[in-house]
Amino acid sequence: MSNYTSAAVPESSRVVIDPVTRIEGHLRVEMEAGDGVIKNAWTSTTQYRGIEVIACKRDPRDVWAFVERICGVCTGTHAIAALAAVEDALQYPVPIQAKLMRDLVSGALGIQDHVIHFYQLQAMDWVDVVSALKADPNETAAIAKSLSDWPLSSATYFAGVQKKLKDSIAHGQYSIFTNGYWGHPAYKLPPAVNLLGVAHYLQALVWQRDMIKIHTILGGKNPHPNFLVGGMACAINMNNDQAINQFSLSYLKQLVDTCHDFIHKVYYPDIVAIAGFYKDYAHIGASNPNLFCTGDPSEINTGAPAGKGMIKPGVLLNGDYKNVLPFDQDKIKEFVTSAWYKYTEGRDAGLAPYDGQTDADYNGPRPPYKWLSDRPQYTWVKAPRYDGHAMAVGPNARMMIGYAQGVPAIVERVDAACDKLGLPRDNAFMNSTLGRVYGRALDAMINVDMMVNQLQEMTNRIKNGETATFNPEKWEPETWPSSCKGVGWVEAPRGSLSHWVRIENGQTVNYQAVVPSTWNSSGRDAEGQMGPYEYSLAHTGTHPLVDPSRPVEPLRTIHSYDPCQSCAVHLFDEEGEAILTRQDP
Amino acid sequence: MYILTFDRAPECDLETRPLMAYGTRIHNNCPRRAHFDAGQFVNVFDDENARECFCLYKVGCKGPDTFSPCPIVKWNGGVSFPIQSGHPCIGCTELYFFDRMTPFYKTLPNVNGFGVEASANVIGAVGVAAAGTAIAAHAVGSAIHYKRQHMKEEANVSLPAFGDAPGSPDKETEE
Repeated sequence: MSNYTSAAVPESSRVVIDPVTRIEGHLRVEMEAGDGVIKNAWTSTTQYRGIEVIACKRDPRDVWAFVERICGVCTGTHAIAALAAVEDALQYPVPIQAKLMRDLVSGALGIQDHVIHFYQLQAMDWVDVVSALKADPNETAAIAKSLSDWPLSSATYFAGVQKKLKDSIAHGQYSIFTNGYWGHPAYKLPPAVNLLGVAHYLQALVWQRDMIKIHTILGGKNPHPNFLVGGMACAINMNNDQAINQFSLSYLKQLVDTCHDFIHKVYYPDIVAIAGFYKDYAHIGASNPNLFCTGDPSEINTGAPAGKGMIKPGVLLNGDYKNVLPFDQDKIKEFVTSAWYKYTEGRDAGLAPYDGQTDADYNGPRPPYKWLSDRPQYTWVKAPRYDGHAMAVGPNARMMIGYAQGVPAIVERVDAACDKLGLPRDNAFMNSTLGRVYGRALDAMINVDMMVNQLQEMTNRIKNGETATFNPEKWEPETWPSSCKGVGWVEAPRGSLSHWVRIENGQTVNYQAVVPSTWNSSGRDAEGQMGPYEYSLAHTGTHPLVDPSRPVEPLRTIHSYDPCQSCAVHLFDEEGEAILTRQDP
Repeated sequence: MYILTFDRAPECDLETRPLMAYGTRIHNNCPRRAHFDAGQFVNVFDDENARECFCLYKVGCKGPDTFSPCPIVKWNGGVSFPIQSGHPCIGCTELYFFDRMTPFYKTLPNVNGFGVEASANVIGAVGVAAAGTAIAAHAVGSAIHYKRQHMKEEANVSLPAFGDAPGSPDKETEE
């Protein structure tokens, strides 16, 4: 059933996955593998667009719209970080209702992104679609009902899904499930659970279309809703038929409540159920033992993170996951040792983002090429480092830090999950492939619970007459200092995001985005330290890779980070096959 | 879908955009057009006029210069579109909008682009001429053929990022 044949693996063998599919953007993974494990790894982002450069020489009030286009999957996130950075630079306060609206937009994005990631991007690593055809729908129904009271759980419903699946792949063309590694021995779920996974995959596709309407109501559209430096463009007026009124509030409530149900009754229970069959992945794929976060899921900070959320900004270093150290944004420097950029101070220099340079300098081979990693530079991603440490960020980092800080909502759920999985009650397992998948689901749950409160607060404030959504006092350039700089932080779906802007005489003159996937997918720095993706694959020398022609195991680990390398042109050969080459030296 | 149903390409403008979607300016379908005609404008965001959902022309709306079905189709299942949610149109369906329609909040026609009355055909002609590289053929049949040819002749494709002169050896075919 698989499209690839297994072959004997010689002792030292090069394995390339390019493009890594079911991610956002363009990622290439090169590995040296043998004896069923990965021995070394390099991850390369092979696309560059120069949005940091494009964002310069612009009116600061326009910049959010440019950088929003960094990504249509995490749409809104970059716009919000840009707004926060510019508002920090201009010292421009924003009305509370606009902040709450941005929280709702940020939260809606974060949760939708997590659900799409698990079902559409990651689930196929764990769920064997073809095996679902052998399931007994009655058994699937029983499992579904044991997980929650989510209504779509009858045997008839699952039989319908099974039939739809069967009809789609009847003629050997697997539709959206083409080229999967179906039948690989690493798939451990029983057919009944596989059918549940496929059904929820299809439900998630439908659900997410509704979830993003929160963006449409508040920002006009999704992808790429609209904002304003100084607030939001949508006005609140209970007596006008087009403004934010009772219809809008009721609609928002309906959307948030449905989201709450989906996360609590479908997504989170599925993760815990599936995790039970893949406990070995709690010991596979750990990143560098250094993580940080700047707050709650989807939290927005104008200027240095202020610690207003439940989870406080914090750092875990050197494998000590109990003691949270204070976070200091001044300790961040970006390196280009392995990246296709030049710095005036030379390639081994580390630059703080306010003084960052984006000067593209591609010295790699002309495509098509077979191997990049025998060259010192092999990626378009800079390597950010915190006080010299390679750091991992992400929902798991937030949950690990929240656990260490004793946040009750997190501790309670993590402990329950650990009990169910037969793990010691601790946050350490969340630095693993399984831990990142679990951490993402918990992150979504924490976030949706917050959104219910944020919407309620917004509604209460309208009742109290607080209806301002925009502050005009610093809109006009005459009110701006001639020279200023600012930073905005967002706890984006994939981790801590920061935008750093310098403004001179009413124009942006430097713009640096240090993005979660930059931290996670970075290449080696001047000290030769691997970035998290690479470290997860190669550091222990024990990460499984049993069949290089069907590299499910490294894909599980890479996918668990939810890579967002930004949309790019893919490389594929003339017949349209994904490139998967195994090279022997 | 159109092409599969009717076995031909839809009518397009000079930028090869189907007229059924891009044939009309937002301005001509805008729910706030009556306010434009009556001279009722938002002067500052979230002022009294903004709360009455008056016209956004004075805060930079590029609707008069933008061809797109936004007010008709509305987004994400007909929920809303930028102007309805209070933000002026930024002209995002127009070629080079990021340079032609900026600053986004500056009133038309005082931006780098064209005046209010210029037609899509005039704008399109300039856009196509300026691009200078091969653009997908008008008819889908040719386009599929073009793409197959393009992929087979990978070695001959110019890659400007690697120092090749821009422009592919394949020519645009007219239908």
